[in-house]
Amino acid sequence: MIEEQNILSVQPEELVAKVTACKNDGFRLVQIGCAKIDETFEINYTFDKDYRFEDLKVTVPCANATLPSVSHVYWAAFLYENEIHDLFGIDVTNIALDYKGNFYRTTVTAPFATSGSEAKELKA
Amino acid sequence: MSKRTIIPFGPQHPVLPEPIHLDLVVEDEKVIEAIPSIGFIHRGLEKLVEKKDFIDYVYVAERICGICSAIHGQTYCQAVEEVMNIAVPERALYLRTIWGELSRVHSHLLWLGLMADGFGFEALFMHCWRLRETVLDMIEETTGGRVIFGSCKVGGVRKDIDKPTLERIVAKLNGMEKEIKEVTDVFIVDRSVKHRTVGVGVLSKQDAYELGAVGPTMRASGINQDMRKLGYAAYKQLKFEPIVETAGDSYSRCVVRIKEIFQSIDLIRQAAVQLPEGPIDVKVTGTPSGEFFARTEQPRGEVIYYLKANGTRFLQRLRVRTPTFANIPALVKLLQGCELADVPILALTIDPCISCTER
Repeated sequence: MIEEQNILSVQPEELVAKVTACKNDGFRLVQIGCAKIDETFEINYTFDKDYRFEDLKVTVPCANATLPSVSHVYWAAFLYENEIHDLFGIDVTNIALDYKGNFYRTTVTAPFATSGSEAKELKA
Repeated sequence: MSKRTIIPFGPQHPVLPEPIHLDLVVEDEKVIEAIPSIGFIHRGLEKLVEKKDFIDYVYVAERICGICSAIHGQTYCQAVEEVMNIAVPERALYLRTIWGELSRVHSHLLWLGLMADGFGFEALFMHCWRLRETVLDMIEETTGGRVIFGSCKVGGVRKDIDKPTLERIVAKLNGMEKEIKEVTDVFIVDRSVKHRTVGVGVLSKQDAYELGAVGPTMRASGINQDMRKLGYAAYKQLKFEPIVETAGDSYSRCVVRIKEIFQSIDLIRQAAVQLPEGPIDVKVTGTPSGEFFARTEQPRGEVIYYLKANGTRFLQRLRVRTPTFANIPALVKLLQGCELADVPILALTIDPCISCTER
């Protein structure tokens, strides 16, 4: 393996505190990314400090998914949070710079909120 | 207080013909705030992974970018190989390194040309791109492609480089060093160039870290981090240290990229000497199951490929975080308080690749 990767599951209500702890420990925000796995969204918050990789994984149900924004901890998070909102339809509350659905110009609302097989069924 | 005006910059601008849009809030000639906006040509390539066999997807990954295509393909393959525990042959790892560094040389020469064009030094632009052509010829000679290499595959590489060809490439790069130095010295010593870059768009070390900047943008602000030090491909066998500057201005970002060109040539030389004999690929059997974040150093900085698989031939999720995406908050910070005339140059200094960003 190229590097050890610590992936830690956290509850949505713990998220801001955990991210704040990462910031206080001197971690750099590497990325925030979302994946739709069955009926849930998995959101990964990735950090790095001196090539040490840490990841916080939050899992929320797809229906009426909401997340607190961490852009008041890491300002750069606003980009990722707008992306998650526009592609997956997750309501991220209190984003430092909220594009309100206009960050990505998509013809379909929340195009990544549907998995490939679901999209095929819809088309049929 | 002066009257505030909003000036739109992009998505098509003479200096930056790539689809990023900035709303520039200005007072007189000073930029107070820059509000970025992307997504004009988002291609949804991450989504395509659900319909494309994981072996075939490398062709798509390479097409995410027309400049650092080789490293996109390599990073995707690395992610799959980690999940599947595939031991890639040493020779293939060295060949990936050589193509990756050729990619970096041509990308930085391309950027230097665009930068020269940005401040109106057309002769310098042409010299940079003339030198880049030679590197593209080397890529064409070894892969058959100039933009899309098509050389990487899950489990190794598709093409080999024979010894005479590699010796010829190294000899040519050795000869080019002097020429590259002559051209890049203009960026370093010319008064008119320095006037546009020294002290312009300063990004402090603290800001670079907190805003998640990557690559030359981060290293020019004094942060010593280069993902190649993780030791992927053949980098663990090669001697190099990240190129770091401390001033954090446009000049420093320029100097980091110039020094990285020579560093890349040196890495190719080292890899050519150490290139082991042996196979260039292994047969891949089975399907991936698990998740991994592959991180590599592209010319613009750290790229992330997150992959999640459930044991079928179609991945559940592929997430690509490109270096330009990570550098947008730094760009927003750089533009605050700058002169309106410096906006195109400052936008260029993060080496934006919107093609990658609109993956």
